Amino acid sequence: MLEIKDLHATVDGKEILKGLNLTVMPGEVHAIMGPNGSGKSTLSYVLAGREGYEVTGGRIIYEGEDLTGLEPEERAAKGIFLAFQYPVEIPGVPNSTFLNEAINAVRRYRGEDELDKIQFIKMLRAKTKELNMSDEMLKRAVNVGFSGGEKKRNEVLQMAVLEPKLSILDETDSGLDIDALKIVADGVNALRSPERSSLVITHYQRLLDYIVPDKVHVLARGQIQKTGGKELALELEEKGYADFVGEAA
Amino acid sequence: MSAVSFLEGGLGGSRTLPGEGLSWLKARREAGAERFAALGLPTPKLESWKYTRLRPLDDTCYTPIGDDADATDVADLPSIGDVAARIVFINGKLRVDLSDFSDLPDGVRFGPIGDILADDPAWAEAHLGSIADDADQAMLALNDAMMDSGFVLHVAKGVQLSKPVEVVYVGGLTDTAVAYFPRNLIVIEPNAQATLVKHHVGRGVGAYFANAATEIDVADGAIFKHYKVQAENIYATHVATVHARVGRDATYESFGLSVGGLLSRTDARITLAGEGAHCGYHGAYMMRGNEHCDNTSYIDMAVPHTTCKQVFKGVLDDEARAVFQGKIHVARDAQKADGRMLNKTLLLSNGAEIDMKPELEIYADDVQCAHGATSGELDTTALFYLRSRGIPEALARNMLVQSFLGDALEEITDAHVREALLDRVVHWLPAHCFLAGEWKETA
Repeated sequence: MLEIKDLHATVDGKEILKGLNLTVMPGEVHAIMGPNGSGKSTLSYVLAGREGYEVTGGRIIYEGEDLTGLEPEERAAKGIFLAFQYPVEIPGVPNSTFLNEAINAVRRYRGEDELDKIQFIKMLRAKTKELNMSDEMLKRAVNVGFSGGEKKRNEVLQMAVLEPKLSILDETDSGLDIDALKIVADGVNALRSPERSSLVITHYQRLLDYIVPDKVHVLARGQIQKTGGKELALELEEKGYADFVGEAA
Repeated sequence: MSAVSFLEGGLGGSRTLPGEGLSWLKARREAGAERFAALGLPTPKLESWKYTRLRPLDDTCYTPIGDDADATDVADLPSIGDVAARIVFINGKLRVDLSDFSDLPDGVRFGPIGDILADDPAWAEAHLGSIADDADQAMLALNDAMMDSGFVLHVAKGVQLSKPVEVVYVGGLTDTAVAYFPRNLIVIEPNAQATLVKHHVGRGVGAYFANAATEIDVADGAIFKHYKVQAENIYATHVATVHARVGRDATYESFGLSVGGLLSRTDARITLAGEGAHCGYHGAYMMRGNEHCDNTSYIDMAVPHTTCKQVFKGVLDDEARAVFQGKIHVARDAQKADGRMLNKTLLLSNGAEIDMKPELEIYADDVQCAHGATSGELDTTALFYLRSRGIPEALARNMLVQSFLGDALEEITDAHVREALLDRVVHWLPAHCFLAGEWKETA
């Protein structure tokens, strides 16, 4: 699914990722944990193709194709989805319009027929029902006036609509109470299948109680420092990141 | 062109002007001509014209279209649809064949200014010039002298006009550079209500100079909604002077959408003259190429307990330039005034420029007034957010521009008009890349 080889990336001329290696097989959920400033968000932006996040070395192979140089919308069309840590508010654009434009843009790119209004509404209703979301949230402008929990739920709704092959969750758990956390986790788990993979980026272990990872990696100083099973997350919770940060000095 | 050359050959030249034979009007015209000659064309030396220079008037000779000019065929006249009546002017000439103002409710008078001057000169004399004072406004003085077209909207006491009335000005369909001088007079009597939609549209590649003046009297308890779409062609110079007086517990709502014109300036002076008067004076501008759009306004909160709100938002691309000069004046003892002014501009290119000058001039001590003015580029995080959901860059940019202008358009309280104007906004935007083929080409 995803193979990252010796990835180097800079932001504003500063190297943040310094030779990162990571392989995710189809159907797997990987957790990336690490202290603040270790490069977690940079990794997610680099994968999604954000401008200003420059790959200076190494390769990102997704489904056998090098992603470097592809625009964000092309990556989305190929099945990559980034759930934002801070979802953006877009006044004046109804949530349903946004979702409609997104799904049809992706379908066009894939050479599939666009969904007409009725097909789209039917599909959307089914998704919101699964996620326990109100139709009212669809009429409101994208993320405007949404609580922290609603914004994250909206990210999960977008994910459910676009059905990505590789979803990247960037600190999706930050600022969520336990009920909201469960809803988000349920949404991610509902998408789990032998063909789909997830990269769950988090500072804390608690999300991983609900989204149980196949592998856990520690990212610090721009590299994967350690890889283990789900028990590694518990260990980190107990000991913290001191072992990995300390070497930076 | 020198300041007085408009006036060479007499006021009318070889054509008939509205109200010919009325001595009071002749006196007004002559006084206007004298004042224009004395003031001259405005130059950037004047504080209120610091950022806008009427450059096209320097080197182009504009002449009014003559009585004998052939009628031009025009297809697809703009309309918001479902209107009570409509008056159409092409190249500055009234076109009765394209207009329809025959069937109006009792108590509503809506027609070409020439008709009212002929039918009811006493009423016209009582109202024309009663609100607009041209003492220091050269362009208004020029209109006083040259007024050659325009309309009257008069709604009698307590009459509520349920559908909007519409006025369409089409320019640019001439081989020579044309000037026209519409004079509009709007009188909404106490407790009456009306909505007016004006379209100023440029077709073809002819150059033209439109110098319009509009006087508006919104009497006590009346509500007047005034919407304008300015979509002139890229050879057009459009100057509009608006004077409005808003009475006790009356509301004046104005929205101007400017989407085209080489050089445009709207100069509005609004007086909140009665307690409880409210004015919403809003607009949006979308300019590209080397277009220049100036919105200048002066709102006088003359008595206590008045409110005004101003939201102007704009989008500038290429080398386009916009000016926003807004002044809210709160008179001495005009306590409990509530005045808000907001101007925001999105700059889509490095060559675009906005000059902003929001001002509050307050002589009362118990008031709530605020102004804000900002300019900036598209939010790159929002752009990335949309693109990361698969939305192509061109469409994502369009969505963000629409989003940006949204809260100005929200101020339009007539939902039907708002929809129509949103449609104009969408049409201004670059192609949507909705077709898969197109997108794949650009991707």
